[in-house]
Amino acid sequence: MKKLFLTIIAIALLSTISISQNRTLPSVDVKTLDGSSINITALENNGKPIVISFWATWCKPCKKELNTIAEVYEDWQDETGVKLVAISIDDTRSMAKVAPYVNASDWDYEVYLDPNGDLKRAMGVSTVPHTFLLNSKKEIVWQHKGYIDGDEDELLEQIEKIEK
Amino acid sequence: MIKKISLTLTAFCITIIGFAQNNSGEFHGDFDLSMQSYQEDKIIGAEAADEIVLNNAYLNINYTKGNFAAGLRYESYLNALADYDPEFTGNGIPYRYATYRIEGLEITVGNYYEQLGGGLIFRSYEEKGLGIDNAMDGVRLKYSPLKGMNIKTFIGESRTHFTYSDGIFRGFDGEFNLNELLDTENKTRVILGSSFVSRYQKRENLVFKLPQNVGAYAGRLNIIRNGWNYYGEYAYKINDPSNVLVASKMNYASGNAFTQSITFSKRGFGFSAEMHRTDNMIFKSDRDKDGKAYLINYIPTLSKPHAYSLLALYPCATQANGEFGMQFDLFYKLKKKTILGGKYGTKIAFNYSRINGLNGGSSFLNDNTNYTPMLISIKGEGLYFQDINLEVNKKINKRIKTNFVIANQTYNKDLLEGHVPGDYGVLNSTILIADVSYKIKKGHSIRVELQKLNSVQLEDYSEHGGGYANGMEYAAEGDWTMGLIEYTISPHWFFVVQDMYNWGNENLEKKLHYVNLNAGFIKGSNRFSIGYGKKREGIFCVGGVCKLVPSSNGFSLNISSSF
Repeated sequence: MKKLFLTIIAIALLSTISISQNRTLPSVDVKTLDGSSINITALENNGKPIVISFWATWCKPCKKELNTIAEVYEDWQDETGVKLVAISIDDTRSMAKVAPYVNASDWDYEVYLDPNGDLKRAMGVSTVPHTFLLNSKKEIVWQHKGYIDGDEDELLEQIEKIEK
Repeated sequence: MIKKISLTLTAFCITIIGFAQNNSGEFHGDFDLSMQSYQEDKIIGAEAADEIVLNNAYLNINYTKGNFAAGLRYESYLNALADYDPEFTGNGIPYRYATYRIEGLEITVGNYYEQLGGGLIFRSYEEKGLGIDNAMDGVRLKYSPLKGMNIKTFIGESRTHFTYSDGIFRGFDGEFNLNELLDTENKTRVILGSSFVSRYQKRENLVFKLPQNVGAYAGRLNIIRNGWNYYGEYAYKINDPSNVLVASKMNYASGNAFTQSITFSKRGFGFSAEMHRTDNMIFKSDRDKDGKAYLINYIPTLSKPHAYSLLALYPCATQANGEFGMQFDLFYKLKKKTILGGKYGTKIAFNYSRINGLNGGSSFLNDNTNYTPMLISIKGEGLYFQDINLEVNKKINKRIKTNFVIANQTYNKDLLEGHVPGDYGVLNSTILIADVSYKIKKGHSIRVELQKLNSVQLEDYSEHGGGYANGMEYAAEGDWTMGLIEYTISPHWFFVVQDMYNWGNENLEKKLHYVNLNAGFIKGSNRFSIGYGKKREGIFCVGGVCKLVPSSNGFSLNISSSF
């Protein structure tokens, strides 16, 4: 009886909150490559779209995705003003290699570290790569799990949709 | 359990009730399901499950509104997959939390994950793939009174499967970014940190003088200048003998560990050098329990985590009770439009790692013996693991991308897998990998992987009367080859066929093909995949923590989704 009562309360309460269509970034701190902390909600791109891509130095498809986009990133930026933010989920085992890998690969992305998975959990990322697209109001409008060759074309289409 | 679930739901609802009124909160979460069937296969040693099908599932729900967040995770193990600890059984909500931050203060009650510094003395984290979740339950405060000053403190118990272990942890950490604190523009950035954690566990043994409060502390220093980055951390833990005489031999020695890394990078070039040493540094949430569920600190493995199957066939695992290791990495991009770089540039990654035992074993202290190993000794110490590998990544043209790896690994199978010394000894493997992808047309790609592993046992046991020491009839598995073909149709479909063939196994019965078929469908944030095949018994590692995966044969289904 008590259980039923509680369940009814729970359902009643949950139903008062509509699931928001406009999902925003959670208020979670990540580390910069030079050791400072920043809150992810402070990301800015002057009203242009932002791509957030979760990756790790040990993840082959992640590196393939980010290296593929790196080749066309300049064009993407010119056409759409998009900014790509790469969140590394490397923990202390491989964290030291993130900056050497990123610089050696010639990436122009903003790179942050999430070594104990705080942002990963808050954003519901269970496996990498996992890519989110944010619109001009920094609302998550699209997301994609995994990477297979050619997925970058779909991402660009989605970015262009926002810009229209 | 039902009562617990109801109470959790109520608590969850009450926490959000105040925020629900203006209808602007956000719910989101993710779901994951893994189902596997188990058929018997006597040759590979796969056992059939009584249940035929085993299933793990999770659902995370997070509610956020501005600076407030609350959430829970429902977990279901009916019954847990064969590679999980059997203690994971049944359904429940073992994870729920509420947190808010205001003016630099963040308060969390319920479950939380925390890591102090590099984790040498304390790390609470989850790694679903390994069945690890030592979430804390208690209270945590984080406070940043000034820019560049971050302090945190917590108290809690550590989760083990569906319950909590006996130890109560109290922790503190302070981190000071001197450049931000002093507001200087100095090019050299300095960050200092220190942490302390203490575990209380009641002393029940009247005979042994076990410490009820076991403290551990660590200090760290990070200096960054231009492309250079130095990080060093030292950790110390007081004596922590276990209650059981046999288990600890009443070892009252303290533990310590250090880790150092120096990296340099600029456009097109990166370098890192790391070393670590650990001595008696296993810290558990219960002094008398063993197993990965009770580990509460994290000493990362000092070797490259590999993704290719045969490179990861014999993986390294940290021996936290005593080892010395070093690792070097070099990343280089040969410039575009040069002879070696070609049209698109060529990327090269070199990695070397070597882990050995401490001189004479780890520290020991009791009534009769007192031993402390040398701080650094490499030559002549028992080799645990060594890996030399070179990876070349090259895009040939718009359609073809290639990746090649050559590696040589030395693997102390007896020590790393816990066999009796002399069972298998040390294996040395040479591995070659070619990975080529070809774009057929827009969205359609095919990828082929060819791998080969040649393995020799460094000790020859043929003197032991034809068989191997300890009565082993056959040597280790010997040589392997592996082939994989993947066809993908972006953005939705993938199909994979792979075969691992243990052609060098001296035991002809085990000279087997391990064929696996997989297919998947991805749409946005939903991912479905199915598979069928045989899996080899082996060690599976993520982030330096490993689990033994039993051999299996059957169907698998995975669904993951997030909203």
